[in-house]
Amino acid sequence: MAQDGHKDHPKYMNIFWWLLGLTIVEVAVAIPEYSIVLKAILLIGLASAKAALVAIYFMHLKFERKTLAAIVITPFIICVFLVIMLMPDLTLDGRIEGLEKPAADVVDTSSH
Amino acid sequence: MEHATTLDHTEDVYEPSLTPDSLGKLGMWVFLVGDTMSFGALLAAYAAVRAGAGAIGWVPPDEILGINLTAFMTFLLICSSVTMVKALESIQNGNVSRMCLFLGLTIAGGFIFLGLQVYEWYHLITHGLTLTEIPAHGLKSDVISGSNLFGPTFYAITGFHGLHVTGGVIYLIVILIHGLRGRYTAEFNHEVEIVGLYWHFVDLIWIMVFTFIYLL
Repeated sequence: MAQDGHKDHPKYMNIFWWLLGLTIVEVAVAIPEYSIVLKAILLIGLASAKAALVAIYFMHLKFERKTLAAIVITPFIICVFLVIMLMPDLTLDGRIEGLEKPAADVVDTSSH
Repeated sequence: MEHATTLDHTEDVYEPSLTPDSLGKLGMWVFLVGDTMSFGALLAAYAAVRAGAGAIGWVPPDEILGINLTAFMTFLLICSSVTMVKALESIQNGNVSRMCLFLGLTIAGGFIFLGLQVYEWYHLITHGLTLTEIPAHGLKSDVISGSNLFGPTFYAITGFHGLHVTGGVIYLIVILIHGLRGRYTAEFNHEVEIVGLYWHFVDLIWIMVFTFIYLL
């Protein structure tokens, strides 16, 4: 019953304009060439904002019980852990150096 | 035996009701949470493969993929999410024909999205992006051609999402048929809300895929 009260349109069109605007900002941020780290932070931030808008308003999370929000947030936290746990594998110095040398050789042989 | 009686009991509870936490809705949310992990694992694996390849082993995506087309596809999915919430809003106000109209528009959005994805894949495949190779010509960067994981990660992730869109379109068509037969009313419409949850999730995932695969 309490549901009927908040069913009166959480201004869906406003959310639409926000999503559209953020998409345009995203593309604008992505096109110029600059630090990939900064770009990644900006883009992931913008994408998360859009995803949050969809979940909170279109999927009505704002009007659900708090328990459901806890269930929904869980996989995102686990995904962050997943990436963090993959990090050591990605940043080991030996591995990166080992990759760059043969790569240069391959480029040389293909050019003649 | 005990198990069976519990099940019967839950089915009694699962009456057409508008309580915010009806079981069907919770079920869909649990499914979506699991699906989030599937996409999360795919995207994390993509990040690992790409970081492991280093700058020489990976082409900047905008040299192979068309950003304009996929930006439009993003726009399309956002629009279809809006028509989906409008469909739910209509049936909650008891307007069946308006709900069917908006469901139809949502389905159309899904179909156009799939059509564009087929077009995009066809274009990429004919230009040399396959499961084992990247296009040999027309690249600005000096990358290793030949064996490259650009193709497999791209096709796996966009393909997995495309399958979700396909499933969503079929699901929406089923709900639309029910709607046209007069199944839903202002009092009984949680099935429309549940299909909406799935559809918005597909939109949400595309927002992530678009960012990670195309823009970064």
